[in-house]
Amino acid sequence: MSMGTDQRDLEPSGFRLKVQEAFQLQPVLVPLYAILLSFIVGGILIALIGVNPFEAYWALLRGMFGSKDNIAASVARSVPFMGSALALAFAFRAGLFNIGAEGQLLVGGVTAAWVGTWAWMTDTPAIIAIPIILLAGAFGGFMWGWVPGILRAKTGAHEVISTIMLNSIALFLVRWIVNSRDPVILRDLEASVPRTEAISDTAELPTIIDSQPPLHWGLFVMLGVCFLIAFVLKRTTFGFETITVGTNPHAARYAGMSVDRIIILAMAISGACAGIAAASEVSGTNQLFQPGTFALIGFDGIAVALLARANPIGIIPSALLWGSLLSGAPLMQQEADVSIDVVRIIQSMVLLFVAADAIVRYIFRVRGEAEAHIKASTTGWAGQ
Amino acid sequence: MSAQSIDLTAGDLVEARRFGRRQITGMVFGVAGIALIALVAPNITGDTRTFAFEPPPDALDFSFDPPTMVTIIGLIYLLAGGLSFLPQQFDRWAGRGQLLAAAATIPLILVVALGLSATPATNVTNLFDESLVLATPIALGAMTGLWSERSGIINIGIEGTMLGSAGVGFMIFATLGEASSTTWLWIAILVAVLTGGALALLLAVLSIRYQINQIVAGVVINLFALGLTGFLRSEVIVPSGNSKGISTSEFGIPLLEQIPILGDTFFTGKPIHYMMYAVVFLTWLVMFRTAWGLRVRSCGEDPHAAETLGIDVIKTRYRSVVLGGFIAGLAGAWFSMESQSGFEDNMTNAAGFIALAAMIFGKWTPGGAFAGALLFGFARALGSRLQFLEVEISGFGIPSEFFQSLPFAVTLVVVAGALGRSIAPAAEGQPYRPSK
Repeated sequence: MSMGTDQRDLEPSGFRLKVQEAFQLQPVLVPLYAILLSFIVGGILIALIGVNPFEAYWALLRGMFGSKDNIAASVARSVPFMGSALALAFAFRAGLFNIGAEGQLLVGGVTAAWVGTWAWMTDTPAIIAIPIILLAGAFGGFMWGWVPGILRAKTGAHEVISTIMLNSIALFLVRWIVNSRDPVILRDLEASVPRTEAISDTAELPTIIDSQPPLHWGLFVMLGVCFLIAFVLKRTTFGFETITVGTNPHAARYAGMSVDRIIILAMAISGACAGIAAASEVSGTNQLFQPGTFALIGFDGIAVALLARANPIGIIPSALLWGSLLSGAPLMQQEADVSIDVVRIIQSMVLLFVAADAIVRYIFRVRGEAEAHIKASTTGWAGQ
Repeated sequence: MSAQSIDLTAGDLVEARRFGRRQITGMVFGVAGIALIALVAPNITGDTRTFAFEPPPDALDFSFDPPTMVTIIGLIYLLAGGLSFLPQQFDRWAGRGQLLAAAATIPLILVVALGLSATPATNVTNLFDESLVLATPIALGAMTGLWSERSGIINIGIEGTMLGSAGVGFMIFATLGEASSTTWLWIAILVAVLTGGALALLLAVLSIRYQINQIVAGVVINLFALGLTGFLRSEVIVPSGNSKGISTSEFGIPLLEQIPILGDTFFTGKPIHYMMYAVVFLTWLVMFRTAWGLRVRSCGEDPHAAETLGIDVIKTRYRSVVLGGFIAGLAGAWFSMESQSGFEDNMTNAAGFIALAAMIFGKWTPGGAFAGALLFGFARALGSRLQFLEVEISGFGIPSEFFQSLPFAVTLVVVAGALGRSIAPAAEGQPYRPSK
């Protein structure tokens, strides 16, 4: 913490700089304080309805981490957020604001479920069937992300509007696919609720802990995707181009990069991240596709990603926080009789305080400049 | 764009004139016209169909046979296509022709839908009235966006602002007015308006004082409103036992309501709906005919120049964003206290985003935004009407989900088509630091 003053006085040597970086607490400190502050705001709200906030939070905490099953459920709940947050984060690095994870998840999920119910999948060994179903999900998301990408690049339609519209269109599309009885598309006619038939056993991701929801290998798949995206952004030419377009599209164009191509690809890859998360849910958690299970995962992904400052590795702890809060909330409702929506308010406060870190720095007297870290796409609608 | 136009030679310019956007649009109309006459008209049912303009007892109606109507509209399309390729001096005629053809699309959709449906008649006056009513929150939301964005602040928190005011307003009505007293209804609407202002103030503080990314600020508002209203619904509104109650009642505008046909539908309605017209008109009047409006617009185009002229950019922006919030609050009240009485989670259902699209469609002008709102209102009314008509194409019933997604698809197409030509306020989205 005292590093800030030192830096101004003497130029640190290479080694000193490394040591300083290792002990730089600020990047972690501000989000932690932001979380604390959000819980205080939530606590005040809980106290207002006449419940002891400490009791409520104790129940929430036990709901999150009280037993081995609870911990497993919390982690399991977090896995899809990694994908939906990556969907925002990757596009964000290209200066795009992808609010379409909701729709990309749905299309990815329904594609994965469709492929998973193909007849020959039952005779395919798991080692082939699982990658196929995951790739199918990624493909579905890729296509649904490609549409707003191409609209943005070719017509200038702002991706915020087009992705939101595509979310609604995707919802009606999958609802039709899953609901329709005449003609039957993917509906399981024996089920009382609209859903697809169960996918082939071979395409199921193995379960690690049989909690509710089950913790399955999807965790490792999504962790892998997080690291892969981090690698692409940091170490590849494409990643460099993406970040350049996000930082300064004019400079990128001047340097000979195809801005349109990067925009289209960034949106499509973002969609693929959401799609693969949906496929992991279909394959590991439900073994079938039901549109309701994906509600709000995409929207929460926005907050998860912004909380992690659009850093693919940072998304992992951020998603874990998000998932475990949601997973712990029912116990809080049960024991302290506090509505689950408190958690939503806390989440929005976390995002607020992380984005407006000047408030947190002021309250907790954290030194250093308030960073304008969430910089991308501060241009107008035309995005020039 | 600009880089390309610099490289154009004189010859290219002539070429570009001959084959601009107008010609391409004309070509699309021409092809569509031929397709209508050659493909649609022969295959559509020849049975008589009827547009009714009044409820059954004294029915004023218009009967037609679909193939003829489709052919006529196809000819209009062809005419518009042909006019587009006339020499330069007839450019105005080409524009008029295309406008006519675009307008003819609305009857075309109705004629084709009715032709494909098993029902022989439908009430058209109602349809237009429903369109106007459904356009209410979208037009109001678009005005919210206009005030905010013309002053230089991107506002994607319209959705959350509307939702928050709908929830808080109805909460006051349910708890204090037991959802049944008219006085409390109006107080609750006022509370909704103020809530809208408060949420907009939050947006303004975040984006003006803390200078955080304005899109992120909007997302915060949306998330917060979703959580807050959900919390209020389950902790306050439902326990109060007044989840449903009265809503604003219809009234007729004196004299005008006695006009036959029009009076019953267009001049009898609910108060917030009429306030919407006033808000749209006042927005136009203030923003384009007063010094205050000029100041607001200058802050959105070039805040530094505005400051040089002695305008307090920060204060102007705060004022416009909050004023916009009040308007969104009124739209919120429409959801929970006019179109129905009661609050449901996420009841605004993306209307705030559609409002943004309407504003962009209208090129950041009140009149244009209002036209956009009418278009989306019509798409929504038409969607539910067509669902009811059970349209079939050669035995395959078009699923209701298709019609439900119609307004969103229209928005998508319109934004993709319109944005290329519309220009946002220049300084929008950039944080402003006063020079001293």
